[in-house]
Amino acid sequence: VSAGGVLRRVGMVLGLPVVLITVWWFASANSENFYFPPLADVVSAGREEWVGERLTDDILPSVLRLLTGYLLAVVIGVLLGVLIGSFRTVRAIFEPVLEFLRALPPPVLVPIIILFMGLGTAMKVLVIVAGCVWPILLNTVEGVRAVDEVQSDTARSYGISGLARQRHLVLPAAGPQIFAGMRQALSIAIILMVISELFASEDGLGYTIVEFQRTFAIPEMWSGVIVLGLLGVLLSLVFRSVENHVLRWYHGLRQAQRSA
Amino acid sequence: VTEPLDVAGVAVVSPPTGDHAATGDAAGRGRRGTSAWLGLIGIAGLVVLMEFLPRAGLVPSAYLPPTSEVVGALVSELGVGATWTAIGDTLLGWGIGLAIAVSGGIVVGVLIGSSNFLRELTASTIEFLRPIPSVALIPLAVLMLGTGLQSKLLLVVYASFWQVLIQVLYGVHDVDPVAADTAHSYGFSRWARIRHVVWPTALPYVMTGVRLAAAVALVLAVTSELIIGNPGIGARLLLAQSGGAVAEMYALVVVTGVIGIAVNLLFRAVERRVLRWHPSVRGEEIA
Repeated sequence: VSAGGVLRRVGMVLGLPVVLITVWWFASANSENFYFPPLADVVSAGREEWVGERLTDDILPSVLRLLTGYLLAVVIGVLLGVLIGSFRTVRAIFEPVLEFLRALPPPVLVPIIILFMGLGTAMKVLVIVAGCVWPILLNTVEGVRAVDEVQSDTARSYGISGLARQRHLVLPAAGPQIFAGMRQALSIAIILMVISELFASEDGLGYTIVEFQRTFAIPEMWSGVIVLGLLGVLLSLVFRSVENHVLRWYHGLRQAQRSA
Repeated sequence: VTEPLDVAGVAVVSPPTGDHAATGDAAGRGRRGTSAWLGLIGIAGLVVLMEFLPRAGLVPSAYLPPTSEVVGALVSELGVGATWTAIGDTLLGWGIGLAIAVSGGIVVGVLIGSSNFLRELTASTIEFLRPIPSVALIPLAVLMLGTGLQSKLLLVVYASFWQVLIQVLYGVHDVDPVAADTAHSYGFSRWARIRHVVWPTALPYVMTGVRLAAAVALVLAVTSELIIGNPGIGARLLLAQSGGAVAEMYALVVVTGVIGIAVNLLFRAVERRVLRWHPSVRGEEIA
């Protein structure tokens, strides 16, 4: 790639964001509007609020709850999904119930889970698990169901069964579908992380932002919204690199099929 | 290409695989009948379990009322005008928000997608804005738009717009270069190319986007009612919770689930109808 090509790419990636931020910066510079403070104020409020104690006292607990809940949901969803997906009868019995549970907007589960668990950390983690598990579970079922029949028969004739079959045939075959479910679940997880903190909480990112709003600390509130946005972006980058790593055989295969 | 929508997009256009593809017509129908029965058994099992657990004292009935009580509460809830008003409010916010998001997503997507320059220029910005959780906007929405329909719409539109936009971009990108060049050589105008080449290619992706957006829009409509308190089924749920009306709470959760299923079924039906001509749908009907 030529130097000009690299320069062009960098320009393409950075161009619009730089323009937008610059416009925001200068358009808001002398803003008298209470709700739209100058971006400079938001940035300095952000530096004061988020770099320091809040990082460990509010962001860290939120992120830990999010990751715990999400990973639990992945483990439960994939295990149950493989189990349900492997048996036609079991699948037929569970499918309508699971479709119903997935169709529930996850936040309506919050009041029910509060009944059972009170308001502690366990409740917040369970809210995330209860919302994230369905898309992962149903996508796993779907992926396991669609395992290539020739591959499945081949594995059977070679006497590959039990865990080896799951490890080398079923999970890889269902992988792309499982990751599609995990991606849906990730955005649900962030939503539920915030929502679970809005019910009588004393720490967390979502709690803090709403506290800023209630006390009309507007630049701080804007900075919190930006931090939450950055967290969403960061998680999606991490997710994508994990996915690219785990599914690199699949993306390679598709690329080969396309160019063929 | 590692587009996140890959699997979703492919799911629409790939031919049906699995169980009934290999079996004959009659056998396939028979099996589908059996699995419908098994599904009913599953639902019945759940209902019985939810009745039995609290009755046997395994779960305190203050937390999980027996199914019969929930059904009773459901019947009386559905007899109250306020419940129907709430359902109407939820569906209104959902419908208007979805309509705005879908039309915006299609227009912006076709515009950006049909120019390589624009696509490259906006890619990083879209990738940055898309994962921002829409609940991050709740404080802004409350302060600037109050607790009425508008703040609900902001959340619904923001969340569902990206679902449509990404699918449209992907669909427009999928246009067969030979078809595009052919249209060009025959002197099709820009509009005619969009209408006769780009649109039919993108349509399956658009429908996937709309279906995903419809589900997300419902989640955000209910969320915003639950958190901000805009009128709707979520606000009614919150009312039941704060009043300690547990059976009513479960009844309302069931109502939101039924709305969710209805939305899913509706958009699957619309998708099949709109894409009747598309090989993926025609193939499914033959099998």
